[in-house]
Formats: sequence, structure tokens, C-alpha cells
Amino acid sequence: MKNTYWKKNVQYISILLTLWFIVSFGCGILFVEQLNTIKIGGFKLGFWFAQQGSIFCFVIIIFTYIYLMNRLDKKLNKDE
Amino acid sequence: MELQYWIWIAVGLSFSLYIGIAIWSRAGSTKEFYVAGGGVHPIANGMATAADWMSAASFISMAGIISLSGYDGSVYLMGWTGGYVLLALLLAPYLRKFGKFTVPDFIGDRYYSNTARSVAVFCALIVSFTYIAGQMRGVGVVFSRYLEVDIVTGVLIGMGIVLFYAVLGGMKGITYTQVAQYCVLIFAFMVPAVFISFMVTGNVIPQFGFGATDVKGVYLLDKLDGLHKELGFHEYTSGSKSLFDVFCITMALMVGTAGLPHVIVRFFTVKKVSDARKSAGWALLFIAILYTTAPAIAVFSRTNLIETVSNKPYEQMPYWFEKWETTGLLGFTDKNDDGLIQYSADAITNELDVDVDIMVLANPEIANLPNWVIALLAAGALAAALSTAAGLLLVISSAVSHDLLKKMIKPNISEKGELVAARLAATAAVCLAGYFGINPPGFVAATVALAFGLAASSFFPAILFGIFSKRINREGAISGMLVGVSLMLFYMLKFKFGWFGAGTKADWWFGISPEGFGTIAMLANFIVTIVVTSCTPEPSKEIQKLVTNIRKP
Repeated sequence: MKNTYWKKNVQYISILLTLWFIVSFGCGILFVEQLNTIKIGGFKLGFWFAQQGSIFCFVIIIFTYIYLMNRLDKKLNKDE
Repeated sequence: MELQYWIWIAVGLSFSLYIGIAIWSRAGSTKEFYVAGGGVHPIANGMATAADWMSAASFISMAGIISLSGYDGSVYLMGWTGGYVLLALLLAPYLRKFGKFTVPDFIGDRYYSNTARSVAVFCALIVSFTYIAGQMRGVGVVFSRYLEVDIVTGVLIGMGIVLFYAVLGGMKGITYTQVAQYCVLIFAFMVPAVFISFMVTGNVIPQFGFGATDVKGVYLLDKLDGLHKELGFHEYTSGSKSLFDVFCITMALMVGTAGLPHVIVRFFTVKKVSDARKSAGWALLFIAILYTTAPAIAVFSRTNLIETVSNKPYEQMPYWFEKWETTGLLGFTDKNDDGLIQYSADAITNELDVDVDIMVLANPEIANLPNWVIALLAAGALAAALSTAAGLLLVISSAVSHDLLKKMIKPNISEKGELVAARLAATAAVCLAGYFGINPPGFVAATVALAFGLAASSFFPAILFGIFSKRINREGAISGMLVGVSLMLFYMLKFKFGWFGAGTKADWWFGISPEGFGTIAMLANFIVTIVVTSCTPEPSKEIQKLVTNIRKP
């Protein structure tokens, strides 16, 4: 049981860190030029990710992790 | 009412609040002194972490830096927030589960070695001292600018306040004053931002005003790109740094953030593991309020500045222009004697010098806001500087009294004796920080990058491996930390201080600036740790059990 808890945790972390990398280094840096050709409202999309969007995504990522881990903790308590 | 009265009222009220909290939250045990007793609510801890983290530089200078560099400024926005994702997912919950007082505690126990502990203490001290000198200087500057006292008096007043609540209350006093300081600083930052956003775009939320249109219906960012092109600057929304360098700087700042000891110890103060995750989430949310407003302010002030001054007669400048000229934050030299202000990217014809700090500090005047807003801004800047200084102070004092004295030099010291030592160490650290605040070493600005680089190249890999691998041993971790730190120090000294034959931008390795080099030093640490570990025996069963144990909720 302990082992699956840790495996599940590592799996969540890998998925969420991939998202973390995509929204900041991906959209805000590596592909910023390509995304800048798309405009939403007054923002070029790449620039928006670099200066604002990535920060919003970071907050969402952490709260998702909190939610997932609380659920996992509860499941662990039930099984024990 | 006169501006000076407003400022004395705002600063006086906020300082009495901090002193009141300090008296209410005196620390009686080492556990209260080091980790506030370990029962802080996650939301309170989130606010305290946010205040701890946002320094005088975040409050006063960051919006201006972004304003002058456009897209290039993104490295700070992403770098100084993205680290919290790493903290919440990779470090904070496990360090809380480990349940000791300091970062060197973890490194020393996990790598079963006092050598590892000493290396960690050394890194913690360098990182914290580099940082705290800048904060005390910030306190002095704010005092001298707003309260018309000289910098020395300003630093002394700041030292007095921090000394009072940090020495008396330890982490407990610091935590609750930081909660109050967060409220003061965020309110002070947001009020002018909301007014300016409304003035420029008609939208009261700066985050939306950022992408909105001006009174004529032109998107603000498009207008600014246009203005920049006219004046010969690179487009505001695109950068001038190389892509690889931007990548490395952002990574170094993120990982450095996650490795800074004064941020990490905040997570030791909550009750349980799930609270450590929660407080990281709240902390980032509270930080994000300021960090998503800053780029908006940057755009508003940049547009405002260019439209107000560019090619306009010097005689017709608004009153604030002259006021900030006397402080040296704005400088005008009429090179071609035509009475007009020519502002351009070309250093030869440019007649206007703009300091980064002006974008936030002059905001209330540019927007014609009442005097109490300016007073609020002064109190906010002081809150930002003091809260960070106090957090760093605690790391320094616990490194000395707990990690050096209790764990290595005199293990049988009594609880009471350790508490006295912690208070003495805090006092000594304040005095040293104050000294550097009054006589700033020329390298303060340059070494902020060093602090992040060092944290990234020393603590982060050691802690990460300590949690996620059972195989990594003492030999690997110590050699990894030493190689990472030495490499980082070498690069900084070579390119920032001109040692080891110096070097220019052209000599940078792979075109990486010293600010971004932490990323490379961190990679070197990772590689050395793995290689050395694979040639040396694995840790004992007890250590492996310790790792299994910190992974359980």
C-alpha cells in the first residue's frame, strides 16, 4: 500500500511538472515567437504567457496537486 | 494635510503594530524561536511566506526593471514565481515530514555527516548575508527619501525594529509580524496600481488593464511597441537577450527560489505535511497578486513616461519631474540645446536617464493621487524590506546557534543556553547587516544573482536527491555541493569582479550570463553527485528507512 502511495505521488508530480515546464519554458520562452503571431485581445499570446499566464498556471498547478494529494491521503487512511 | 505628516503617521502606525505583535508573541522555547512552535495556520503561513519572499527589490524595483526591459523582464516574473511549484511538489511536504528546524539539519542527518552539515551552514550564511545587506540598505533608502532623515539614521531605526521583534519573538514574532507586513505591503502596492489602471485604460483591475485599450481605443501594448520602435528601442513585447540565456536565467531563479533557506524554513512552521503543501499554494497566490500587477504597472508607467516627456519642452514638465530630478532618479541633460527632451535608445543622442525605482515610487504623483497614498507606499516599501530582513536574520541565527553550536560544537548545551545563543546570534547578525546597510559593499546588486545561483547549485540538488533517491550517499552529496558552489563562485568572481583573468560578455561560457550560470552549476552538481555515489557504498539501512519515512504522509 505504502508503495502505491509513493508511486501515485511521483506520477502526479511528473504530470504536473511537465505542465509547469510547458507553460513557462515552453510557451513563455522556447516557442514565444510562434505564439506571438496569435493575438488574443491586446496580448500577443507568447508575451502573455511569459508575463502573466504562466503565473496563473503555477497557482492552478499547486492547488491541483493539493487536491490530488488530499484525495490520495484520504484513500490511504481508508485502506489502513 | 502635509505629506510629511501623512508619512510619519503611516510609518508610525505600522511600526507600532509590529512592536505590539512582537510583545504579544514572545518566544519561550527553542521550538518557538526556530519554527514558531510548529502550529501556524497554512493561510497565515502563506502570507508570512509571501512577505518573507517579496523584498524591497520586488516592491520598489521589479516593475521598473520590467518597464525598461520589456519581454526580457519576464525572467524575473516567471523565475521568482515558478520556484514555488518546485517547492510545493518536490521539497516542502517532505522537509516538513522530516520535522527538524533548519535546512542544514536535513542535509546533516540525511547524509549522516557533519562535513555535509558544515557545507550547508556555510552556504546558508553566504546566501543570507548577501541578501540581508540589500534589505537594510533598502530600509535606509526609503527612510531617507520619504522621511528626510539621512541613510544612517534610517538604517539604525530599521535595525532597532527588526532587532526588537526578531530577537524577542524569534520565528513566532517574525511570522505574525510578516502576516501584518504582507497586508500593509499588498494594500500599498495595489491602491496606486488600481488608480493608474483606471486612469490609463478605464479598467480598475490592473491585470485586465494590461491587455486593454487606451482612451483612443488602441491596445496599450501595440501602442507601446510603436513608441519603442520610434525611439529606436527593441519592441517592448519581444526580447533582446538570447533564447538560451533567458532559459538559463529563468531556470536558475526558479531553482534558486526553491533552494533559499529562509523560504524553506517557513514550511517547518506548519502543523502537518498537508499544511506544508497548502501554505505553498497560498504563498504563491498571495505573491501572484503583486507579480501579475507589476508587469501591468510597467506598461502603464512606460507609456505614460514616454508620452509625457518624449520631444516635449523641458519647461513644460509636470512638477514631479523636477522633484524626482533632485533625487537623482531622473536625469536630463540637454545635449543639443533645443530645450526639448530627446529620449532614445541611442546613448549618444539620448538626453534622459531613468532609474528603475521611479516607476513604482513616482506612480502616485504621476496619477495625481492624494498624499496619503504616497505615505502608504512608504510604509509598504518598509514592510517589504523589514519582513525579508527578519526572515533572513532567523536563518543566520539558527545556523549559528542550532547547526554550529548545538549540533557540532557543544551538543550538551541546555535548551535555555541555546535560546540565549540564538538571541545573541540574531543581535550580532543585525549589527553586521546594519553595518553593510550603512557601508554597502559595491557588489550588493551583483551578488543577488550569486545568492540564487548558490542556492540552486548547492541546496536544491542535495535536498532533491535526499528525498527522491535512497541510493545517493554522503560522498556524492558533499562532492556535488562543493563542485556546484565552487563553480558558481568561480564564474561570478571571474565575470562580475574581474578575478581569475576577468572576462567580457564575449567570453561567457556557451553565452550564459552570470545570472543564468546557476543552471549549469546545478547540472554539474547533479552529475558529480551521481558519478561519485556510484563508486562509493550505499547509505546504511537506517538512512534508507529515514527516506522511506519522510515519503509517508
